Amino acid sequence: MRRIQVNVNGVTYEHEVEPRLLLVHYLREGLNLTGTMVGCNTSNCGACTVLLNGESVKSCTLFAVQADGHEITTVQGLQTNGDWHPMQTAFHENHALQCGYCTPGMILASVSYLKENPNPNEEDIREALEGNYCRCTGYENIVKAVQQAAGQTS
Amino acid sequence: MTQAPERYMGNGIPRKEDPNLVTGKANWTDNIKLPGMVHMTMLRSPFARAKVTKLDVSAALERPGVVAAFTGADLAEEWPGGVPCAAVVTEEQKTPFFPPIVTDEVRHVGDVVAVVVASDRYAAQDALEFIEVDYEPLPAVVNMEDALKEGSPLVHEDFGTNECFTYTANVGNTDELFDRTDDPGDAGAEIRGPEVQGQGDTDEAFRRANVVIKERYIQQRLLPTAIEPRASVAYPDPGHDGYVIYTSTQVPHLAKIVISLATGIPENQIRVVAPDVGGGFGSKLNIYREEILAVVLAKRLGTPVKFVEDRSENYQATIHGRGQIQDVELAADSDGKILGMRVKLLDDMGAYLQLLTPVIAISGAAMFPGVYTFDAFSIEIKGVFTNLTPTDAYRGAGRPEACYAIERAMDSLARELDMDPAEIRRRNFYEPFDEPTANPAGLMYDSFNLQAALDRAVELADYQSLREEQRRRREANDPVQLGIGFSTYTEICGLGPSHALAGLGIGGGGWEVASVRMLVTGKVEVATGTSPHGQGHETSWSQIAADVLGVTPDDVEVLHGDTGTVPFGRDTYGSRSLAVGGIAVYHAANKVIEKGKKIAAHMLEAAEEDIEFEGGKFSVAGSPDQNVGIGDVAGAAYLGNDLPEGMEPTLNETMTFDPPNFTFPFGAHICVTEVDTETGAVKIRDYIAVDDCGPVINPTIVDGQLHGGLAQGIAQALYEGVIYDEEGNLLTASMVNYMIPGAPELPNYTLDRTVTPSPSNPLGVKGVGEAGTIGAPPAVINSVVDALSPMGIRHIDMPASPMRVWKAIQNAQGLQSGDRQEDASLGASAAGIKQGGDA
Amino acid sequence: MIPMAFDYEVAESVDHAIDLLGQHGEDSKLLAGGHSLIPIMRLRLAAPTVLIDLGRLEELRYVRDGGDHLAIGAMTRHRDLLFNDLVKEHCGIVGWTAGLLGDPSVQHRGTLGGTLSHGDSSGDMPSVITALEGELTIKGPQGERTVEAADFFQDYMMTDLGEQEVVTEIRVPKLAPGTGWSYKKFSRRSQDWATVGVAAVVERSNGSIGSARIALTSMGATPIRAAAVEQALSGASPDAVAEASQSADEGTNPSSDDAASAEFRRHLARVFTQRAVEEALGR
Repeated sequence: MRRIQVNVNGVTYEHEVEPRLLLVHYLREGLNLTGTMVGCNTSNCGACTVLLNGESVKSCTLFAVQADGHEITTVQGLQTNGDWHPMQTAFHENHALQCGYCTPGMILASVSYLKENPNPNEEDIREALEGNYCRCTGYENIVKAVQQAAGQTS
Repeated sequence: MTQAPERYMGNGIPRKEDPNLVTGKANWTDNIKLPGMVHMTMLRSPFARAKVTKLDVSAALERPGVVAAFTGADLAEEWPGGVPCAAVVTEEQKTPFFPPIVTDEVRHVGDVVAVVVASDRYAAQDALEFIEVDYEPLPAVVNMEDALKEGSPLVHEDFGTNECFTYTANVGNTDELFDRTDDPGDAGAEIRGPEVQGQGDTDEAFRRANVVIKERYIQQRLLPTAIEPRASVAYPDPGHDGYVIYTSTQVPHLAKIVISLATGIPENQIRVVAPDVGGGFGSKLNIYREEILAVVLAKRLGTPVKFVEDRSENYQATIHGRGQIQDVELAADSDGKILGMRVKLLDDMGAYLQLLTPVIAISGAAMFPGVYTFDAFSIEIKGVFTNLTPTDAYRGAGRPEACYAIERAMDSLARELDMDPAEIRRRNFYEPFDEPTANPAGLMYDSFNLQAALDRAVELADYQSLREEQRRRREANDPVQLGIGFSTYTEICGLGPSHALAGLGIGGGGWEVASVRMLVTGKVEVATGTSPHGQGHETSWSQIAADVLGVTPDDVEVLHGDTGTVPFGRDTYGSRSLAVGGIAVYHAANKVIEKGKKIAAHMLEAAEEDIEFEGGKFSVAGSPDQNVGIGDVAGAAYLGNDLPEGMEPTLNETMTFDPPNFTFPFGAHICVTEVDTETGAVKIRDYIAVDDCGPVINPTIVDGQLHGGLAQGIAQALYEGVIYDEEGNLLTASMVNYMIPGAPELPNYTLDRTVTPSPSNPLGVKGVGEAGTIGAPPAVINSVVDALSPMGIRHIDMPASPMRVWKAIQNAQGLQSGDRQEDASLGASAAGIKQGGDA
Repeated sequence: MIPMAFDYEVAESVDHAIDLLGQHGEDSKLLAGGHSLIPIMRLRLAAPTVLIDLGRLEELRYVRDGGDHLAIGAMTRHRDLLFNDLVKEHCGIVGWTAGLLGDPSVQHRGTLGGTLSHGDSSGDMPSVITALEGELTIKGPQGERTVEAADFFQDYMMTDLGEQEVVTEIRVPKLAPGTGWSYKKFSRRSQDWATVGVAAVVERSNGSIGSARIALTSMGATPIRAAAVEQALSGASPDAVAEASQSADEGTNPSSDDAASAEFRRHLARVFTQRAVEEALGR
């Protein structure tokens, strides 16, 4: 077991964890932050995407011990004083989700990407989301949502 | 007060489902934690076929955290019914006993050998390694044609055959059309692709057919790949006899019945809840052995049991879609008018029959004639057992297969007759109609206007300019060639009339239930038997109820997915929800208004026939000031102290709607591809889809359904396909090598609609969930073949991967230079079986 | 898909990592970005008993101007390379290729030292560093040594790295103004491993080609230089590219899998060698 301290969505947690505990399981089962999901177990689908120090990472391919001392943001940490992040609003307004299972990961990957490239074109956005699979929407509305959010945050 | 009421149906209002989903508050099954909950993990077979010669779980029991471990023999008495199949398609159908855990022989990779229950999933996984098991591997059945040969190994020895069933249907005399001598003579050109079996013969009936198309198409197996894997939590119902199971399913109501049949637990002691469900696409239209096991173990252990599959299990043990070998013959006259069609299918069952396995191909059988009118049609379907994962419904379920066959054959016919592919389709369309009209297989299509849809698609595509560009590229010998592919399709939706389902051999009705309750506070509850998992029923049903009741969608709460809340229902699949379940909501809401009129008449001291209802108010005809709002009527109904003589209190109406017919959406798709002839890479430059699903309740949701369906259809055409090796090992066992496409791989879509109401229901709605997976695969492949047709290429199997396209080009060039090569991309990949190393 | 249990150590310095490797022996593994190692641990295809995490070694995360070369710390993330100005200015092929690996979330974690040490010949970076004739600095109990990329990759997932050694730095030459580059990656899906990749670094000289260095991805057990093409292009006119590229698959030994047969890979190597060299000449 190993002692870790992480700040998740602004709250500092300390826990003893097994080194092999995957970050996604720590978040879901240790902290009950169930907005982060497992889809593929092989780092392909991105359903487990969270922000590590502000950058998108796949929490199914990261041990919780690797996050020791770092800041994590999950989808539950995106709101400010109860107001949705512009990306959440854009997903809703553009019908960029159906079943919603990929949505938190998709939103976080998009938030991370816009920090790196605030003015992406459509092709940029599609490439930036290459590591997040959606089976419901065919992606067109997701791309539109990211374009809308880019327009609002840049 | 004369202001027209706002109408919600027809508006693309943003979804009510979204807020929980975008903020991480959804309730997925794997989120559920209960006191004392334990985790169940399966030991799965690494062999496609083997005898289990030794099995000992005792060492696993000693591992930390392990609560229990069981073999099939330990638990066999808990599942008298096995895993049930609800479909019987012929009297002779062979239905094997399907145990949740095997007791003698494993029959596919991923078959369940034992189960471990532990305090958490890590401990359970670790303990699996301590189960002692010996296998005696046996030759596996992996290829349908080999499976039917004399002397083949048998998936189920006691049947003495791998044939599950043979289903035949004949309308008109196709034999007369097709039977012919070896020499087609001068009567017509017979197209022979490299894949043709070469058993052609002709007789005098050939006098009528100037052209015969005879082709073999492969429907590769597909992995439905809902992004949420399957998950279940079963527990003894506190304070009641019986069990509750939360499970990621499309079919909580069917699950309740099936779990009861499998386990012998009385149906009224089972409650099934589908919480938020992360996609299904047919794969969760099933009741799996793991769901039954979770209930069985909750019963045995008296504690909550959770099962969550990982993606590799999902690919090995959740059903696969498609899996057909299609031999298709089309006879036509020299004007391109179809005279008849003959179809022979081999349909891959896999190792067991899941809920609907044998009926998938049957439900598409009558759809092979597509949107074309002709007289003679026959079909033979053989269901074949293999040592592979069972197949069942995947988005479209029988109809994409049928549509692909006819739409590919139409393009071949057009090519043979040197006719434009749009023109040959027009020549065979039905004249527009709006009353049920029989198709060649006897199915009653409800309403069509294909001409309008195709005209619009051609206009949106700027078809003539595309042909012009194609000609220029061909003349310039451009390495990137342009392809234009058509698909005009119909699908069978609104499953379905109970009598028709019975005819197909499906046990259980096709009705749907809705209850509409006006609460004392003026709010509305709609309880629906449909079970959405992304389709937006909460939004659409609210729109329907709001319009009928004169309230806003926000006043309506839609309850679903819980057999405790909605006792009867037939759930969500087969694009049935709107055309059956949505209509039930509409009728139930109208029943509320009918009863409300009686109460309003009483309250307003007017005659019932003088009461009008509009904009949420009941008023007296001619005296609009004499009115009462529906909320006040609901309040009066609830209080019950001043109602018309003999009336039951409350405004709470239920409708069980059994539709008179299926519905048949249709449309015209055009796929424009750029094919890099140097690399075999196919890029979709434009995709135009003009779909007609009747009047639209929420156009935003409808477009979303089309986008997603098209994406999956394109995925079948270009990317996805299950690959097994010759021993029956699943090679595409994770998302690393199963090619579900991402955002960079897919195009934007140009969508438009025509509106042809269905006569089958009062709103005229048809359904849209599967249109994309049905229309897209032939449009894409027709486009790729169109691009390459000057090279003499007539067909490329799905998925048209770069290697397949390149191979086809290589072979065509080889053939042109007189060098005969076997095209390994054709036929060899039947049902995804890899042949040798080097394709 | 749960990994086997293991012990976890955090390396506080390179020397500490080397000590830990010595202490724990052959069943220990270095953990950098983890995007090669963790998936195979989850499949239980690898089960190291000790993981030594290099993730805290910020001192190995840098890009420095070394005069005629760029020095890149082994723990520099791919995403760092994509956006790094020195890389953009002096050796664009490294940043460009970093942006093609996996996906952005993978690039946020994956490191240059990690992907090279993993030694997977279907990785893109091994070919790029090979085409650049880069060097790796390796530290072990006996001190530091330098090895050329061509000598580092020895066989499929086998490198020159000793059991107690750590890659600390990668040096790539600054590309002179007359030198063009290209990396062409062909894959079924954008996030996938390369079916075939071609890295080309081409020096132009008075309207013709001075020299070309070309390395191929997924064409054998290691990155492979397309020596015959390089030779044919040396001093040649740009018109010679198409024909010279026809020998791109000489000396390669590609495998067959679901994405491509060996024969198709050979063909793709020829096509993309031509496209890469042509792009490099235009860049």
